[in-house]
Amino acid sequence: MKDSISIIIKKYGNDKSQLVSILQDIQIEYNYLPRSALDKLSKKMGIPQSHIYSMATFFRAFSLKERGKHIVNVCLGTACHVRGGELILDSLERQLDIKRGNTTKDGNFTLETVNCMGCCATGPVVKIDEEYFGHMTNDKVEPMIKKYGE
Amino acid sequence: MKSPQDLEKLQQTLSKKLDAGKPRISICNGTACRPYGSNPVAEAFKAEIEKRDLGNQLEFKVTGCHGFCERGPVAIVEPGNLFYQKIKVEDVPEIVEKTLKGETVSRLLFKAAETGKEVAGQNEVPFYRNQTRIVLGNNVRIDPTSIEDYIAIGGYSALSKALHTMQPDQIIDVIKQSGLRGRGGGGFPTGLKWETCRKAHGDIKYVIVNADEGDPGAYANEGLLSGNPHSVLEGLIIGAFAIGAHQGYVYVRNEYPLALKNINIAMQQAEKLGLLGKDILGSGFDFSVRINRGGGAFVCGESTALMASLEGKTGEPRAKYIHTVEKGLWDRPSDLNNVETWANIPLIISKGPEWFNSIGSKGNTGTKIFSLTGKVNNTGLVEVPMGIKLRDIIFDIGGGIRGNKKFKAVQTGGPSGGCLPEKLLDLAVDFDELTKAGSMMGSGGMIVMDEDNCMVDVARYFLTFLEEESCGKCVPCREGVKRMKQILTDITEGKGRESDLDLLKELSAHLKDSALCALGSSAPNPVLTTIKYFLDEYEAHIKQKKCPAGVCKSLIKFSIIDEKCPGCGMCVKICPAHAITDMGKKKPVILDQSKCIKCRTCYDVCRMGAVKIE
Amino acid sequence: MMFAGWELLRLSESVTLTINGQKYSAEKGKTILQVAVDNGIKIPTLCQHEEIEPYGACRLCIVEITKGTRNRIVTSCLYPVEEGLIVQTDSPAVVRNRKMLLDLLLTRCSENEVIRDLAGQYGVKTPSFREEYWEKHDCIVCGLCVRACEQVVGVSAISLVDRGIHKEPKPPYLEKAKNCIGCGSCYYVCPTHAIHMEDKNGVRRIDRWKVEFKLKKCSKCGIEWAPVAQLEYIRKKWNLPADFFDICPNCK
Repeated sequence: MKDSISIIIKKYGNDKSQLVSILQDIQIEYNYLPRSALDKLSKKMGIPQSHIYSMATFFRAFSLKERGKHIVNVCLGTACHVRGGELILDSLERQLDIKRGNTTKDGNFTLETVNCMGCCATGPVVKIDEEYFGHMTNDKVEPMIKKYGE
Repeated sequence: MKSPQDLEKLQQTLSKKLDAGKPRISICNGTACRPYGSNPVAEAFKAEIEKRDLGNQLEFKVTGCHGFCERGPVAIVEPGNLFYQKIKVEDVPEIVEKTLKGETVSRLLFKAAETGKEVAGQNEVPFYRNQTRIVLGNNVRIDPTSIEDYIAIGGYSALSKALHTMQPDQIIDVIKQSGLRGRGGGGFPTGLKWETCRKAHGDIKYVIVNADEGDPGAYANEGLLSGNPHSVLEGLIIGAFAIGAHQGYVYVRNEYPLALKNINIAMQQAEKLGLLGKDILGSGFDFSVRINRGGGAFVCGESTALMASLEGKTGEPRAKYIHTVEKGLWDRPSDLNNVETWANIPLIISKGPEWFNSIGSKGNTGTKIFSLTGKVNNTGLVEVPMGIKLRDIIFDIGGGIRGNKKFKAVQTGGPSGGCLPEKLLDLAVDFDELTKAGSMMGSGGMIVMDEDNCMVDVARYFLTFLEEESCGKCVPCREGVKRMKQILTDITEGKGRESDLDLLKELSAHLKDSALCALGSSAPNPVLTTIKYFLDEYEAHIKQKKCPAGVCKSLIKFSIIDEKCPGCGMCVKICPAHAITDMGKKKPVILDQSKCIKCRTCYDVCRMGAVKIE
Repeated sequence: MMFAGWELLRLSESVTLTINGQKYSAEKGKTILQVAVDNGIKIPTLCQHEEIEPYGACRLCIVEITKGTRNRIVTSCLYPVEEGLIVQTDSPAVVRNRKMLLDLLLTRCSENEVIRDLAGQYGVKTPSFREEYWEKHDCIVCGLCVRACEQVVGVSAISLVDRGIHKEPKPPYLEKAKNCIGCGSCYYVCPTHAIHMEDKNGVRRIDRWKVEFKLKKCSKCGIEWAPVAQLEYIRKKWNLPADFFDICPNCK
């Protein structure tokens, strides 16, 4: 670990009120919130470890577990739900053989859900990394995942 | 820029450039067009223009959301205000070629459902024809990452007017006279809120943009903030001046990466031009803005939770016995308004309160943006005058229900709102009427459901959502929502009891009275409205153990209608549970009930309608 | 004149309100609950403690207030008194809601003695919810332990972890709470005895935070009177001499 934590803290002017943003940046850097990074943050900013842990577990955007190479995000917003979003999630769970919130054994995929990503008109929507897939149906799941195979 | 004259000069130069009469192509690259591949299409346009060196002959713009997301990627082409839909990369050279010649690519035009004829102009397309796009309309005219575009169409002139020709009290009076009410949900009069905050004790005050639109199925704020970020920023600066705040915050949902990017760019551009920072436009007024990302918590849309999060704490709401306009962020007077509210401000300042009053209905002036989604033909962002009927939005603008199915309900107001039945389709859509019907305006989600949606399942869905999103601080919400969800889950699994409905109503009354914040006190709305308007569906689940819509897995069975099945084997190949056996050509397939996982894949894939759900 | 000025100031700082039909004068800035307690009016609470900032989580202290023609339910631990406020501490609406709160708490903590007793006082003997829903928690997530640790002790060894139905006070990373000094404040403020603390064989244990502390022996009477870590914390904070705590308060 280079001193990326110090750089991030500096970017936010050592401002404790910017903790959510700081944690976001750490997560972008490491793809999750590593324990060592949070301990360092706690020491450098003088924020109790318990408070950081509380924040990291309160907000859904944060992951304390290492995540896979690709993040598969299934939208479960209302517009997606009424068009069968949960069935797509079931399908992905079967295809990847993991429950939501988990990472495949080969570390290739992490399956997550989100309650709306703001493109409701095209629901059900799945997002893999930065790519959006609209009007999802069960039969589109396998080819979509294969695209990200290895 | 150091004076109003500087701004005016710049505006004149820029608008001349804009009206140079060149053909123009504006392609939507909003968040909802991206799943359709708008990014590659936009890139293809850029490449084509560069390849043919057309930079001087053709103006090309990548804009934010145009609204008609269903038909994405979409573009508006001038001259002719042509509306092109479902554009593919292959279409690009032809569009460029024909636009240069002033011709039309007819196959990309919208076709009217009744006549099958092509509709050329954007304003002739039924989806747009019945809207009043005062706030969203500029999305198609500007590149959201260009402050020049915004200034060219008159942007920041309302700010200049406010700073140089109006006193703070005058501005507040104008907003009060306009009758503008908060677009974030409750509909509190904006002018009154500003006035209270201005009068509140304290030298340091804050203004905040709530862009933590968390209602699932609502993305109006996303479309606005990513498509026209400067309009929000301009409104915010005017509000800050009126209230006497020198620091503002924009709290954006982290799930909206495009909105975040564009508001960040907008802020930097405004700073560079002297529209933010010290001595704005030479007025002596100082104001700066900080942009904060949300952390993925619906409850942070609640003002006190949002402020807690801005302070670096978990998003727990607190009691509002002392209002946030008196004691908000860091215990200082703070005015928080939603994205859409802020975006209305420059319009009201520029065009006057009378103009605003002429739109909408009495007590509910102006327009409201809705995210029209679910089972309608034309999904997208629509902006309509308040007081319009639900029916007009769903059937005229939305084009009715997909696949000739029957309308069942429309859900408004997100998890705090309710589901309204067919008999209320003539309800006027405004803050008060929706509340009276047991629903809410919320942030403008409008999710249409048809006969294939189960209303008990919808209620269970919302309670599941709320259980996940409850902060867990107060007992009524944490424990009450959990029990409501358990009861609803039992009902959808055929384990409902007749006494459950009374228990649900009792819990609902309790949450309304005793929960700490609006998330908890409005949590019963989806349950109460579905019980009120769709009691028969609850009774079918509880008494007959049946799901009439064929949604609740425990209560349904899939089977093959032999007479309709040609034995094509499509379902056999796709069934993930290997529950269907191919019996040879022209013989109906056989579905093994013991293996069926009720995933619905066979039902979706069968073109013969040979799969039955009962 | 000075005196008169003071009097004026004092007068303007007090309000008159009605609680259960009786008029009371109260200092501005106080909460309804404080004024009720000052005047011997009983309002049940679980998440409130006089040394700790009010939080409003348990909602048991709800009362019904009347302002103009409007009645509403508010939490008395947070609501500041106002001139002319009319308060009812046991109106039918209050009792109905309090009963449901206890019903919900009893469903969560179906075997907890404190909750069972309190619910019983309001006639809630068994939860209204089906038995499959009953749980056996002791903690009601009132946050008193966390708030005491932060506001009174100042070490923030524990915090409320997760959110919604999973929220509970826990040590960071669910490991031994490394900032804990074993003072036991959490144990003393916990209203439902959900935190167990035991001093035995020279060691204090608080299992919930996975901590163990060696106890200091008084060099005079030999009693094991406080965790070494706590005494060290206090000694350093106040810059006291090294041998300051060698003798217990009783022997001093």
